[in-house]
Order: sequence, then C-alpha cells, then structure tokens
Amino acid sequence: MILRAKNIEFYYDSNQKFQIPDISLDAGDQMLVIGKSGSGKTTILNIIAGLLKPKSGSVTIDGTDIYSLKGSQLDKFRGKNIGIIFQKPHILAPLTVEENLQLANFFVRENTQMIEPLLKELGIFDKKKARINTLSEGEAQRVSIARALVNKPKLILADEPTASLDDENAAAVVRLLQTQAKKYNAALIIVTHDQRVKDHIPNLIIIGGQL
Amino acid sequence: MNMIKLSWKYLIAKPLSTGLNILLLGLGLAIITVLILIQDQFENKMTKDAEGIDLVVGAKGSPLQLILSSVYHIDFPTGNIDLKDAMALSKNRLVKNIIPLGLGDNYQGYRIVGTNHDYLALYSATFSQGNAWEKPFEVVLGHEVAEKIGLKTGNTFIGSHGIGSSSHEHDAHPYVITGVLAPMGNVLDKLILTSIESVWYTHDEEHDHATHEAPVAKKGFPITDQDREVTSLLIQYRNPIAAVQLPRFINSKSALQAASPSFEISRLFELLGIGVKLIQGLAIVIIIIAGLGIFIALFNSLKERKYDLAVMRTLGASSWQLFLHIVLEGVILTIMGAVVGIAIGHLFLVILVMQNDQGAISTLSAAVFLKEELWILGYAVIVGILASLIPAWNAYQTDIAKQLTKA
Repeated sequence: MILRAKNIEFYYDSNQKFQIPDISLDAGDQMLVIGKSGSGKTTILNIIAGLLKPKSGSVTIDGTDIYSLKGSQLDKFRGKNIGIIFQKPHILAPLTVEENLQLANFFVRENTQMIEPLLKELGIFDKKKARINTLSEGEAQRVSIARALVNKPKLILADEPTASLDDENAAAVVRLLQTQAKKYNAALIIVTHDQRVKDHIPNLIIIGGQL
Repeated sequence: MNMIKLSWKYLIAKPLSTGLNILLLGLGLAIITVLILIQDQFENKMTKDAEGIDLVVGAKGSPLQLILSSVYHIDFPTGNIDLKDAMALSKNRLVKNIIPLGLGDNYQGYRIVGTNHDYLALYSATFSQGNAWEKPFEVVLGHEVAEKIGLKTGNTFIGSHGIGSSSHEHDAHPYVITGVLAPMGNVLDKLILTSIESVWYTHDEEHDHATHEAPVAKKGFPITDQDREVTSLLIQYRNPIAAVQLPRFINSKSALQAASPSFEISRLFELLGIGVKLIQGLAIVIIIIAGLGIFIALFNSLKERKYDLAVMRTLGASSWQLFLHIVLEGVILTIMGAVVGIAIGHLFLVILVMQNDQGAISTLSAAVFLKEELWILGYAVIVGILASLIPAWNAYQTDIAKQLTKA
C-alpha cells in the first residue's frame, strides 16, 4: 500500500466541514478526484501532499505517517516521495530548465540521474538550458512534470493539470502523466473539475456532491 | 545546485536592482577604505620619518610649519637661524646629537637638503650606487628622485633657487651625483642630500675655489669664520629631563623656536580628525542607506517570490533552507559590495597618487592591503544579515498550502 488516508477531517469553519473520503492506493494505481470549484478538492490534495495538517485522521505514505514527521523531516519526505504538479507550471524563473530539476535533486540530497532521461522522454531535452520565459505553455507544463518526477516519487499528485489546455493537449498531458506514473510504478492522483479527464481514468471519487 | 548558487541565480535575475545596491554599498565602503588607507599610511610614514628626532629647532614661526618643513619636507621653512646660535646649542649638555639642515633649493621640484652624514645615519640609509658626499657640490639622490629624473652617479645637474617653484637657477655651480640611496620607504626617497657647505656656496656671490675643493664636515657643523646661517636643527635628547628643560630653554631665547615632532603631529591629526569624522559619518550614512536599499529590495522581491518559495518547499526545501536562501542573498550582495568598495577605494587612491606625483599625497601607495580591510568585509556581512533578517523570517513562515491555493 503506497497511500492510505484515513478518517481525515478538515475545516476552516467547524460548521462547514469538508467531506473527505478515505483513500487507499497501491503502487501503480491511478485515481481521479473530481469536484466543483470550492468543493475542497485542492484541500484534499494539500492534505495528502503533507502541505496542510488535517484536524484529525492520518495520511500514511509508503508506511510512514507523514503528519508524525517533524518540520524539515516532512519537507525532505515530501521532496523525496511526492511529486506535485500544479495547475500552472511554476517553474522558478531565474533558473534554467535543467537547474529547476537539479534543485529538486539538491533539496533531497540525492542525484537520481533522472534529469537527462526525463527531459529526453518528455521531448524537451533541447530546452535544457532555456529559461521559462522562452518556453511555450505546453513545454512549461512538461518541465513541471519532469520536475515532479525527477526524485522518483512514489506518489504523483496533479492539481488541475489540464485546466488551461485545449482538448488535444489536455488528453496528451493526462496520457503523459499516466505513462510516466506506470513507468516508475508510482501511484497517481489527479485532482480536477475537468470532465474531459474522466474518460482516461475510470477510478474516481467525487467531492462535494454530484457534478 | 547549492544554496549559494540558488541565491546567486535570483540575484542576477535582477541585474539592475542588484547592481545598484552593490554600487551604493560599494561607494560607502570605498570612502571608508580610502580613509583607512590614507590614515594608516600617513600615520605610519609620519611616525617613521620622525623616528629618532626628539626636537626640531628653527626660526620663530608656526611650530607645525617648522616640523612639516624640516622633518617631512612638505611645507616652507620658517626662516633661517644664525650658525652661532645653533653651535651654542650643540654645546648644551642635554643635547646628545644635533643635525643641521640647510634648505632653500630644489631640482625639478625635489628639495635639495644640506646636512651632514648624521642625517643618513639617522634613517640608517644604504646606498644602491656610489657613496656619500665628501666635497662641496657633491650630492646623493633619494631612490625616487633618481628614478624620476633619470640621473645616476657621475651625472651633474643645476639646482634652482626656491622650494617647489623655482625663481632662478644657480648655474654657476653644477652638482655632481656621487651616490644614489636604496629605496628607504621614508622621506629620504624624495630628497636630494648634500652638505651644508654646498648650500652656502651656491648662494655666495663670489667664488673661492680653494674652499670649494676642501672636504666638508661629515659630523656636527662646518667650521667657518664667516657669518653663516642654517635653516633648522634636528636634536636628539641625552636624557628624559631634556624633554622638559630643553624646549623651554630654547623658546625663551628670542631668536630660536623649538618644536616636538610627536606633539605637533598629534596636534595635526587632531585638526584633521574633525574632517575625517565628517567623511566617516557620511560613509556610514551611505552604508545605512545601502542596507535599507537591500532590505527593501529583498522585501519587495519576496512578494513576487512567495510562490517560488512555496514551490521550493514542495520540492523538499525546509523552512530553514528558505531562511538561509534569503539571508545568503543579502550576504552575497554585501560581500560583493565590500569587494567593489575596496576595489573602488584602491582605484581612487591610484588616481589620486597619479595626479599628485610630488608632495604629501605622492608618498601614498594604493598597493597596500590592511587588516582593517578585512573588517570592512566583516561589516558588510553584518549589514547583509541585518538587512535580510526580516525578509528571511517572512520566507521562513511561508504558508505553502495557502500560497499554492492562491494561484
């Protein structure tokens, strides 16, 4: 079992609690978390990613209860085991594509030797030395995927990765995420409100009632 | 990739703001560098040049002027004193040694100083060529003089009347160079040394060739039956009591004035001190403004960078690493400011020295590096840490989930 989220409870206001189902995924599993804006799906993602401590319940990743980790231990664990892809690429602009990936390696103090193979695989190897402002949106998205994968995470989380893309590109990104997750035997969770993704991942949970 | 490189990348991503902050801090530190260099070298040179001289006696006037003209050879002499008075003083039991000086001529701006061999001994001068003077009109050149005017042993030249600016030339008596001094690093480097007799005979209207061939006095005063004058006397005390009694004794005699180099120089530094303090204050204000500039730059950039910081956290960076990231940015900035400042300071001194190849400033060297300059680096690091502390704390507290959700 790679991921188990159990009895998670979270609220900003105790009258409006988020309904968060238990989640468990094995290595290589893929899941879609779908829901309207404001339904709390990003909150779920943040809780699973170890970015937001739930009021109660536990998140266990690869046997480690992540909220029992302290401060920088959790940061290192996250860097090593969880790859996060955001709606916008959020490449660090002062760094080149390659340096963005090196930074991910640096923060977990490991050289995974993944930078070149990943860039080649995602078709952006020739942009290695490029800066973010010279990349197209699609390329930037692929860089952010590469960066999420460079530390060989056991769990990949994607937050609205297709929101700003057209149908063709959206399908391509989802397919890319799926193949990469399969290749490295990582569990994949895509959080989205985008109905188009549903066709690709049958295993889904719906948050905040029917769409 | 490492923390320093990461901070560096963020700095060069904003070359204008980074450059401006470095320059501003550099200017403030450059002023301090120049002050430190000048102060140290002046003080060093001044103590070195005055070493072994307990008292200077000359004509009445400004005591500081007497010291500056007779010890450092930078001001005009106060006038001449009677040889008889001078010789009377040498018999005083409180006087251990007395060196007469005769000033008044120059060659291409370099002062010709009439004295005896004790003056060479006072600074333990050594020769790179030739020997000391033995007869009238034989001279020894200081190292720098020889280098600048390009003359060597055996060459002759004609001295000019006056100090610094010449009125007329003493073309009747060419000087013959018998020796060149090794580089001394003191006032001798810029002097042309000869005997008291040479200075006297140069100014005589009639010429007595017999005396011009006679050997000169190598110690004490030349023996003469004429009414002669010298410019000043450098005196060494026989014992500590002399320091109390001798100046009072001399100053009470109407024709002479005694001045102590150490006292006058500390008075001079006291006078200069006000100016130095003022400039120092200005430098500190500039440094504070530079520090504020760095603080504002970091603080502002943080607003745009909150997202970057949150992303770094998702990649595995700890809060402390973000803190370090911002502090490093401030410290790298200020270290560069310090290096630029020290460089500008030395460059400024090079230009200053180049534009004044004679006089007090020309004795300075820009190729000297002092321990105090390391302190500048230290101060700069402190400024960097202080300026980046608050922004770094903000970075430390970045709420990742909130930042990432805000998008």
